[in-house]
Amino acid sequence: MKPTFSHLKSWLYLLPAVLFLGAFMVYPLIDVIIYSFEEGYNSASQTYFGIGFYNYSYVLHDPYFLQAVKNTFILVVITVPLSTVIALLISAGLNSIQPLHEIFQVIYFLPYVTNTLAVGLVFMILFKKTPYSEGLINLIIRWFGGKTVDFMDGPYWAKMFVLCFYTVWSVMPFKILILTSALASVNPDYYSAARVDGTSKLRTFMRITLPLISPMIFYLIITGFIGAFKAYSDVVALFGTDLNAAGMNTIVGYVYDMLYGDSGGYPSYAAAAAMILFAIVLTVTCINLLISSRKFAVKN
Amino acid sequence: MNHCKYLEETGKIRKSAATAVIWLFLLFWALIVLFPFYWMILTSVKSYGAYNSEYIPQFFTLSPTLQNFSDAFTAVPLGKYLINTFFFTLATTGIMLAAIVPAAFAFARLDFKGKNLVFLVFLSMMMIPNELVIITNFVTVTNLDLRNSFPGLILPSVMSVFYLYLLKENFEQIPDSLYYAAKVDGTSDLKYLIKVLIPLSKPTLVTIVILKVIECWNSYVWPRLITDQQRYYLVSNGIQEIRENGFGRENIPAMMAAVTVISLPLILLFLLFHKQIMEGVSRGGIKG
Repeated sequence: MKPTFSHLKSWLYLLPAVLFLGAFMVYPLIDVIIYSFEEGYNSASQTYFGIGFYNYSYVLHDPYFLQAVKNTFILVVITVPLSTVIALLISAGLNSIQPLHEIFQVIYFLPYVTNTLAVGLVFMILFKKTPYSEGLINLIIRWFGGKTVDFMDGPYWAKMFVLCFYTVWSVMPFKILILTSALASVNPDYYSAARVDGTSKLRTFMRITLPLISPMIFYLIITGFIGAFKAYSDVVALFGTDLNAAGMNTIVGYVYDMLYGDSGGYPSYAAAAAMILFAIVLTVTCINLLISSRKFAVKN
Repeated sequence: MNHCKYLEETGKIRKSAATAVIWLFLLFWALIVLFPFYWMILTSVKSYGAYNSEYIPQFFTLSPTLQNFSDAFTAVPLGKYLINTFFFTLATTGIMLAAIVPAAFAFARLDFKGKNLVFLVFLSMMMIPNELVIITNFVTVTNLDLRNSFPGLILPSVMSVFYLYLLKENFEQIPDSLYYAAKVDGTSDLKYLIKVLIPLSKPTLVTIVILKVIECWNSYVWPRLITDQQRYYLVSNGIQEIRENGFGRENIPAMMAAVTVISLPLILLFLLFHKQIMEGVSRGGIKG
């Protein structure tokens, strides 16, 4: 068999994948960067006035975008640490019990496979206050003697609470899964040694377990940041498609609003906003990697 | 001696107290996870009248009804949404397999110039956020006049570099000797792929298929951008449509019946394949 022929055959095997990637990932990536710099692009006539930073400047001065950035950052800053800590507690608890271990694991993983839009609707109904009913969460608040709140159409912090709650609920399965397997893979010899030395459980956990699984925790924090910065479907699930009206838009939501819908038809603005989002995510990821690598360098 | 015994006793009590706290905590979280599902099913079997007359929500119902489910299928085209989603999932997953299986084989087994470079380019695709490329894809599909069509829905959703990567890793673990033995016997590469590699990689393929099915069933953003006719709605868009225009705004039991119907297939799939799903996700899947 001639080598050129075998090369050709290899490329034939790769062809479908290369075509799909080229058409729907590589080309769009290049094109979106170009879009973001084309000023006054008109999608009907496919013409533009010039090249420059006008789209970026427009987006950065748009109050809707600034609101979206604020919402997204609040969501990220609250949910990423909170969900990681709760997941760590649950995983540690889960690994310390023997019976029902697997059933708990399966239950905890359930939110991963459910439709974000569908379950979001259930959450909305649990929190919603209507003239006919105050809703279940308000009923529970009443049991404890609190004042009822209109979570879905009320004050900003109440809406943000629901969003954070739902986000934590839906990111937990992945985190618990990763952390339980990380905890289970810690060599039991370390624990035996600690027990012989009479080290307390808490100290063992803080001094032995945590450092050993810290690469996994960093991995979760990084993926958590990336995921939370891209929040969109769960927000739509709770507050409907008109997120600007609800004051709950996110950066990704802003991108899609610019692209499509009542406020859409501006792919250049959408491209600029998406590029800004990408820059934010990249920066945060790099900072995270830097911190984690420095930490490990000191340890080793 | 007595003192020792006392210490041992308090140690035991403390230990069982700690265990109790752990159990309570675990049960509490299980309750938070399961409660929305319970509420969804409970509300879906309450009658419209009964639900709306409850100023204080009731935690159970003594007169369950299936009326809401028949409403869900007749008042809105829920059946159509389900068929659309089923077809979309099937086609997307099938085309993806047809694209990634030969590619994974080429990367794992064949030798050609620039293989490592091409693979690196493929891997770097994993870092590209979907939000970035979706903008051009939207414009492309609109210009090709493929909005509100299945090709427009399916084609940009096909590729998943991560699954290609998983499969390539799996193919590489199958011993070289099998390949050379097949070569000596005069088996062609294609035949080796179909007769040897694919059967031996069945567990990984099953995992990949299930993860892709979950992804397709739940996809919302792309279908929302690309369809605005109900005939082409997938379940997620259907839910949004039902929420905004269906049933009249206050018929929450019927809404919950629709939500139950939509959630059920994946929950069943999960209960059947939870081992494969959890293993696949822990190998690097990220909720997308």
